[in-house]
Amino acid sequence: MGAAIEVTGLVKDFGRTRALDGLDLTVEVGEVHGFLGPNGSGKTTTLRILLGLVRADAGALRLLGGDPWTEAVDLHRRLAYVPGDVALWPNLTGGETIDLLGRLRGGLDRVRRDELVERFHLDPTRKGRAYSKGNRQKVALVAALASDAELLLLDEPTSGLDPLMESEFRACVAAERSRGRTVLLSSHILGEVEAVCDRVTIIREGRTVETGALAELRHLARTRLEAELADRPPPGLAALDGVQELEIDGTSVRCQVEPGGMDAVLRELATVGVRTLTCAPPSLEELFLGYYGAGDAGDAGD
Amino acid sequence: MPVTELAGTGALVRLGLRRDRLLIPVWIAVFVVSAASSAGATADLYPTTASRVAAADSINRSPALVGLYGRIYDPSSLGAVSIIKLGGFGALMVALLSIVAVVRHTRRDEESGRLELLGATAVGRLAPLGAALVVAAVMNLALGAATATGLRAAGLPLDGSLAFGAAWAGVGLAFAAVAAVCAQLTVSARSSIGLASAVLGIVYAVRAMGDAAGANGPRWLSWLSPIGWAQQFRPYAGNRWWVLGITLAFTALVVAAAGMLAAGRDLGGGVLPERAGPARAPSGLRSPEALALRLQRGVLAAWLVGFAALGLLLGSIASSVGDMLTSPAARDFIRTLGGEQGLIDAFLAVELTFAGIFAAAYGIQAASRLRSEEAALRAEPLLAAPVGRLRWAGGHVGVALLGTALLLVTAGLTAGVARAAVTGDAGQAVRLVGAAAAQLPAVWVLVAVTLLLFGWTPRLTVGAWAALVTFILIGEVGPLLDVGQWLLDLSPFSHVPRLPGGEFSAVPLLVLTLVAGALGALGLWGVRRRDLT
Ligand SMILES: Nc1ncnc2c1ncn2[C@@H]1O[C@H](COP(=O)(O)OP(=O)(O)OP(=O)(O)O)[C@@H](O)[C@H]1O
Ligand SMILES: [Mg+2]
Repeated sequence: MGAAIEVTGLVKDFGRTRALDGLDLTVEVGEVHGFLGPNGSGKTTTLRILLGLVRADAGALRLLGGDPWTEAVDLHRRLAYVPGDVALWPNLTGGETIDLLGRLRGGLDRVRRDELVERFHLDPTRKGRAYSKGNRQKVALVAALASDAELLLLDEPTSGLDPLMESEFRACVAAERSRGRTVLLSSHILGEVEAVCDRVTIIREGRTVETGALAELRHLARTRLEAELADRPPPGLAALDGVQELEIDGTSVRCQVEPGGMDAVLRELATVGVRTLTCAPPSLEELFLGYYGAGDAGDAGD
Repeated sequence: MPVTELAGTGALVRLGLRRDRLLIPVWIAVFVVSAASSAGATADLYPTTASRVAAADSINRSPALVGLYGRIYDPSSLGAVSIIKLGGFGALMVALLSIVAVVRHTRRDEESGRLELLGATAVGRLAPLGAALVVAAVMNLALGAATATGLRAAGLPLDGSLAFGAAWAGVGLAFAAVAAVCAQLTVSARSSIGLASAVLGIVYAVRAMGDAAGANGPRWLSWLSPIGWAQQFRPYAGNRWWVLGITLAFTALVVAAAGMLAAGRDLGGGVLPERAGPARAPSGLRSPEALALRLQRGVLAAWLVGFAALGLLLGSIASSVGDMLTSPAARDFIRTLGGEQGLIDAFLAVELTFAGIFAAAYGIQAASRLRSEEAALRAEPLLAAPVGRLRWAGGHVGVALLGTALLLVTAGLTAGVARAAVTGDAGQAVRLVGAAAAQLPAVWVLVAVTLLLFGWTPRLTVGAWAALVTFILIGEVGPLLDVGQWLLDLSPFSHVPRLPGGEFSAVPLLVLTLVAGALGALGLWGVRRRDLT
């Protein structure tokens, strides 16, 4: 069997606004895949298309080997979804909502459900309208995690959760992965993505700008370099191709080095002698800001 | 302190009026047209003073009718006879409009979180309530002024018309205040409207008991009811302006109470406590249909109680209809209708048409639930589960179709039982259930129109109400204005055989059912192919 999710060239217009503009996304079976992008870049729209709630204007897509639009009901037996904006029925208690959604999917494991309710400190006897944002989120999370679905589609599932619940969530996702389930996780919390995802896809303005394992992505980004030299820096340094934002202060040098440029830089520095040298990989923040922002930094992945 | 608590009210009033810029004028037009056309029709029906006195006396002599509508305080006054239904039932509708308007701008906004956005800005905590009341006041004053103008244009005297306009506006203001209190007490818009409507029902019944009481009975009860005050104002029959003072004082007191409640509670919370519910779902809650029923059952139960009461009332006053017409000419008229029984049947047939219209209102409301569920993002979790769109839509449409059937059968049954109690003829119950059920195909056309709009132009689902209002106007005002038959034929209600008494014909009912089926199928097709949000 192929990938759990295979999307190529996805296009969706809402009237005049183009929400998706040729998006590609592949999620392999058994992996936890991070789905990242600035606000309004099209993450929720992609998930809604995958759920068959919204129809794509163009592009090819397969979900668990089926067509999300025509085979929606059959496919939904095999997946669970946590929406970004969780709306509950005001008159139903959280417990009733969890049970209803579980039964619609063909029954839920009571023990597991109770364990999750306990774990997320959820009071299942309150009416939908009485829950806070975070607690509404927990209701949807428990309903999804208690199911036996092969695929979890999570749209910013931890927005509104406190740090304690957030760490519970991470532990749950790790457990799901070890049970062989596939997870597509849209998120703005980079720490979370780094902690639980195998691979990520980054989109901007409805288009995929980068996809791959986090480690690989780091290789594609600039490294920060600081050196204390034995003498004044060599004049050839500034002219090197991969060097950016060079600052020279007497015998100390700071700069950013693009992937593939490190060799040349080190060779150049060695000509005058190096006293100390520190190289730092890009922080995740820097990495994403580079992809998210428009303009030069955004080209980093091209 | 009160000044800062109300900061931003002006901006909110403008926002509220902008949001309602279509709704308010349409409703005012509906009220003005019904008042003016009813006045015109009465003038045609009772051209002489003697005929008016005879009609008024017969109403005043029947406790059932006095209880239903109120008393006519000056039988010789054309105005007083014209407004008898408007002063009672009409005032009830005005009150309902005010309740909906106030709750819409207070508790509904709070429930949806819209007020939270505002609460963080430089808006005082009492501003939303104040703004809702100002919007309601503007609406009621405009309604009163337009109604007075309409009645004057229909040929009634100016002072009485002004008094009647003021009476309606007064009822509207009083119930805007009552709704403002209810919106503080409960946490959902639906239960706020329910609570305020219950107060309205009680107040109407209290007035009915007071009005219907004999000389030694508890007539003072009428003075405990805002609807009673509106009638004691006595438009066209003395115009006792001082009674308006009572209404205004009541309004001021209740508004103050609402303000105090609002100042003392949290945003989003209510004064009445929210009870905890079960931690697990009952075993029946396992399908989209069961969920639709669960979401709609409370409202349906309330409508059922209303329809049962309506049927009982109609069934029991039908017998006294004959007493209303005592002149020899009227007796002849009755004979052409087929005697006493014919007259009663004609009366019941007309009233069952109204039951059909009310049932259609319920049907539209129940089917529109699809749109509110979608707009509130509550359709999403269901449709992301293995639930097809047709099943989801089918659940709510099913509630609308079966609910309307249940309502009409209930009204027919209670009316029939009440008739049977008077006549001793149990066959009446079967007859009236059949007559009420004959309204059903026309009612279903309105449900289908709602579904059609939802399927193709979801944002215009409210347009189903416009269709209902149009059909009512075509049916009520059309014949008076002598419009073409084709226009009358547009309304599904025009094709319903006049039962009981009239000639039964299955063909129009079958055609209406087919039309409903076709429109509904078209609507479902739209639901299947469009984007859901
Ligand atoms: N139903 C709709 N009608 C019109 N425009 C829409 C609709 N849904 C989404 N859009 C537009 O499509 C674009 C993508 O929105 P989407 O919700 O998919 O973004 P997102 O990546 O989920 O953002 P966020 O991180 O804020 O959740 C936005 O410009 C949004 O305004
Ligand atoms: Mg989103």
